[in-house]
Amino acid sequence: MSDAPLIEVKDLGVRLNTSRGPAQAVRGVSFALRRGETLGLVGESGCGKSVTALALMGLLPESAVVSGSIRLDGAELVGLPDAAYCKLRGNRISMIFQEPMTALNPMHTIGHQVAEPLRRHTGISAAEAQQEAIALLDRVGLPDAAKRIDAYPHQFSGGQRQRITIAMALACQPDVLIADEPTTALDVTIQGQILDLIASLVEERGMSMILISHDLGVIAENVDRMMVMYGGTVVESGATDAVFRRMGHPYTQGLFRARPRLGARKGTRLKTIAGTVPELADLPAGCTFADRCAIVEARCRAALPAVVDVGAAHGVRCIRTDVSMAAGGSSA
Amino acid sequence: MSVFFLRRVLTLVATLFAASLIIFLVLDALPGNAAQMLMGADASPDAVRALTVKLGLDQPLTVRYLLWIEGMAVGDLGNSYVYGTPVAGLIAERLVLTIPLAIMSMLITVVLALAAGIYTAANHNKLGDVGVMSLTQVGIALPNFWFAILLILLFSVKLQLLSAGGFAGWDDGIWPGIRSLLLPAISLAVVQAAILARVTRSAVLEVLREDFVRTARAKGLGKREVLWRHVLRNAMIPVMTVMGLQFANLLAGTIVIENVFYLPGLGRLIFQSIANRDLIVVRNCVMLLAAMVVTVNFVVDMLYAFIDPRIKVSNL
Amino acid sequence: MSAPLTASAATAAIAPGAMPATGFWRRALRHRSFVLGAVLSLSVLGAALLSLVWTPWSATDIDIASKLRPPSAAHWLGTDVLGRDIVSLLLVGARSTILVGVIAVGIGLSFGVCLGLVAAARKGWTEELIMRMSDFTFAFPAVLSAIMLAAVAGPGMVTSITAIGIFQIPTFVRVTRGSANAIWAREFVLAARAAGKGSFRITIEHVLPNILSILIVQATIQFALAILAEAALSYLGLGTQPPQPSWGRMLNDAQTLLFQSPMLAVYPGAAIAIAVLGLNLLGDGLRDLLDPRLARER
Repeated sequence: MSDAPLIEVKDLGVRLNTSRGPAQAVRGVSFALRRGETLGLVGESGCGKSVTALALMGLLPESAVVSGSIRLDGAELVGLPDAAYCKLRGNRISMIFQEPMTALNPMHTIGHQVAEPLRRHTGISAAEAQQEAIALLDRVGLPDAAKRIDAYPHQFSGGQRQRITIAMALACQPDVLIADEPTTALDVTIQGQILDLIASLVEERGMSMILISHDLGVIAENVDRMMVMYGGTVVESGATDAVFRRMGHPYTQGLFRARPRLGARKGTRLKTIAGTVPELADLPAGCTFADRCAIVEARCRAALPAVVDVGAAHGVRCIRTDVSMAAGGSSA
Repeated sequence: MSVFFLRRVLTLVATLFAASLIIFLVLDALPGNAAQMLMGADASPDAVRALTVKLGLDQPLTVRYLLWIEGMAVGDLGNSYVYGTPVAGLIAERLVLTIPLAIMSMLITVVLALAAGIYTAANHNKLGDVGVMSLTQVGIALPNFWFAILLILLFSVKLQLLSAGGFAGWDDGIWPGIRSLLLPAISLAVVQAAILARVTRSAVLEVLREDFVRTARAKGLGKREVLWRHVLRNAMIPVMTVMGLQFANLLAGTIVIENVFYLPGLGRLIFQSIANRDLIVVRNCVMLLAAMVVTVNFVVDMLYAFIDPRIKVSNL
Repeated sequence: MSAPLTASAATAAIAPGAMPATGFWRRALRHRSFVLGAVLSLSVLGAALLSLVWTPWSATDIDIASKLRPPSAAHWLGTDVLGRDIVSLLLVGARSTILVGVIAVGIGLSFGVCLGLVAAARKGWTEELIMRMSDFTFAFPAVLSAIMLAAVAGPGMVTSITAIGIFQIPTFVRVTRGSANAIWAREFVLAARAAGKGSFRITIEHVLPNILSILIVQATIQFALAILAEAALSYLGLGTQPPQPSWGRMLNDAQTLLFQSPMLAVYPGAAIAIAVLGLNLLGDGLRDLLDPRLARER
């Protein structure tokens, strides 16, 4: 029973209508997540990681076309009517968003907003929900929760607001928590506190978590397994330590080299990946990274490369793993 | 009381004073001797002088202005130059028509506009949205008095359901009065509603794009619940601003519409007074209308603070 | 990552007027409401211009013998109670409407834009004073000002133009100040200030060109409002005076004959509605086409 995956995604594809025409924002994404497991999604903005998260939540725009399969405890979620999805959202799957400053309704008290999912999903009384909301806000470390329950979002700082959204997401003890760049908009000093809070709550409640970040450091410290996304596809996936030990994809290596480092010698130039993220509306035919890859060859542009296993449950979508892994090992 | 409230009250008082000053200058100081105007160029100088004294026009401007202000404070607006009866009474007689008319058309405006605006926003880019929005585009282009004439053509001339004008009064109960104000109120409302519906739609659409809407959806709220519980209250702020501004147009509209339907309201009174050169009546009517506009916008400002928690707290 | 950022910043800094003209017209001709609005507005303008050189009949000659004729080959839309040809009246009426609209919007635009630019450039109490004054003017709709002016100076075209013009000012002040403030906050203005340019030069060289498209859109929509106000004032007898034909006046005349010749009340109203609808659609279309911010969102 415990070995059966809680979430199983198979060959997920998402087609979006953008201003530049229809775009295949996500394709061929597959993964499984067991209860209590944590998974990181990493990549630059526009790589499809947020779209993947919204597909799991069933919150893509109406014009989006989702293909493939998403199963929660074996039940298919793709094509589920919205009314049925509403019973899952905030109840079994919850999400924390990037912008705490705008994620809360300025017109409602925080108490009301934290209690709202409880009232929606558990049918407890308003007074009970209020008590529960205070307990939740206490747990996420909001000072004076009982006193400030009737305060409005604008009376809190960014870090406090993110604590409030976390309390909201956890209200109904969900099985899965999706955290989409939960600390990107916050001050560096607050980032660590919020990530620690999320980690301890995940641990304490035995939740599964999907953590989305563009920051390799955040991923390295917070998740068991990771997937690197680029141009709507997963280019590398595996246990976090395995991936960091042997980065198989040129893009993963590029991301790693591009991260700013503390204590780097003065004048050291930050390495960047040449070129820009391709527009999803006009992706190249073959490997999506081909245009920016240093070791690209003609084969790469012919078709999307298959996933190559380079270790136990460590896959890389690259046909030149022989070269890239040798080079990557030496430079990293 | 809060600083916010105090500031607004001061602005209100200052605005009313400025309005009274301008109205007084234009309608009393500028035209010269009202007695001469009333009696015509052929009148004997002695008769004109006598009337000037009788009307109190021999006093200096500042005294006349202060007397007017003082009179307004106690409800004494002076006597009509033409009828000799108190202006306050003349106006009060007419307000029993104009105020219900304004309220009725504002109600119709708000109901139509909110229904159309919310419906179109909820069905963004669908057939219903496009259809209703095209209708509002046409509605904005209609002169309200022409629309009134078309309504008369349809309901009075063709169908003969309602009378083409006149006011039944409130003596026979409320329904005959409301019935005779129905077409005027609708013709005033439809054009305003078209504008307000477009404002409502874009305000709702704007709020629907906000992050907290997605948060609410992520909590498991359905689209309708999100719309009613989270979106509308946020969208009401721009809608109310426009409603306040529209009230000025609405009052101006009543002047026109009362003339279309031959309704004995404030608008007709103003016109008769212009024709009679009864400038004291015109002056007080214009002041009343301006005061109503300013006061309604003041109330709207107060309502912001009531609706939006951010205003209250930051200004306490 | 930085390459696309600078690229978009560069396009944003280009003044809308600098857009390639051919691109504008190609997009404009595909914009449905722009095309419809342009066709309607141009036909009203065409009618006014045509009336200067030709009308089927004289618009002022009275011919009681042929009054209230139904539409015929001679009188396409019939005649009014004084025997005047309706088509001719409509054509000449377009002229009054456009004349009043253009002058009134001109007054509102010139005063409003100047005040708005000063408010944005000066800030402080100057801005406060200008904004309070324009809020105050809002309390006097055109009909109210026209009533006051008519009571003093008598009704007429000058009265209606003045009243409408005054009522237009505060809208232009608000729009100008709002968009000018946004320009003042931009980096290239900061750079110009750092280079030692005074606020007058910055206003002329940077602010005005960048808000021009917004002003054009607003002027189009205000023109439509001016036409509605002019019609209402002439209908009330405060505006254009007979024998000069005007659409509002025609409606007033027609109302007394509603039971005899209902169609007389339909034509002039339809003409007003067409002119206003055309200008509103044109304004909406121009907004989509000229405002690069909105255009990019589409």
